[in-house]
Amino acid sequence: MKPNLQFDFIVDKENSQLTLRREFLANRPLVWDCYTKSELLNQWFAPKPLNTKTKSMEFKEGGHWHYAMVDPNGTEYWGYTEYVTIKPIDFYTSLDTFSNEKGEINMELPRAKWKVSFADHGEKTLVELLVQYNSLNDLEAVIQMGMEQGMTMTLENLDLLLVRLQQQQ
Amino acid sequence: MRRDIFQAIADPTRRAIITLIALQAMTPNAIAEHFDSTRQAVSKHLRILTECELVQQEQKGREIYYQLKIEKMKEIDKWLEQFRTIWESRFNQLDNLIVSLKKKK
Repeated sequence: MKPNLQFDFIVDKENSQLTLRREFLANRPLVWDCYTKSELLNQWFAPKPLNTKTKSMEFKEGGHWHYAMVDPNGTEYWGYTEYVTIKPIDFYTSLDTFSNEKGEINMELPRAKWKVSFADHGEKTLVELLVQYNSLNDLEAVIQMGMEQGMTMTLENLDLLLVRLQQQQ
Repeated sequence: MRRDIFQAIADPTRRAIITLIALQAMTPNAIAEHFDSTRQAVSKHLRILTECELVQQEQKGREIYYQLKIEKMKEIDKWLEQFRTIWESRFNQLDNLIVSLKKKK
């Protein structure tokens, strides 16, 4: 079976806002868990070739997720997400920031407000991510850092992944 | 001060100027007519846009025309395309995870 999953990537440059919509082939509770449990986030959140490692997580309003994305050389890039509003299994809002290993937020780097919503889509689940930056410059900075961290995935990698997915079905 | 594409589109008046001259090259006077701001303010924005290499001037007779360098606008899309790739990578990994979680059940 070839997965045919909706993926929208909408950029609102005027308002420095990104909207991502993606379908997943699973029911809502499972997808919710993938976004809100550290042992599951660890398995997908950092884009290849990076790995995710969680230092601490408290998924509750006012709680946080303190994590690092680790590149193949072992360099760690720390992030700190503060959870603002949580309404299981409909949506949560959070503040996405860069930090250090101690969990001190780096105020010099861009911060973004996230709203992550989950909806039933037949047998699939539709996740909508609203990412709001202060300015387009912030967005550019984030992309630039992403590039430096090697957060690229070649088409070749994607093809391999698709082949593996198909074999598993 | 930084002079790049992102600086160019950071200001609403500059974005409006870009939209205007995307259709056709215009003189500074013709551009200024579309705005309430002073001619000087519009000139300043045009200067910044020129420094950001987003517009270029062309002399036609006694008039100077400003025109948009379309290929420069594509730089933004290039950046955004990379961001999109990052998310594609993430989501593909989540697909993988979901497949393995469902198998365990």
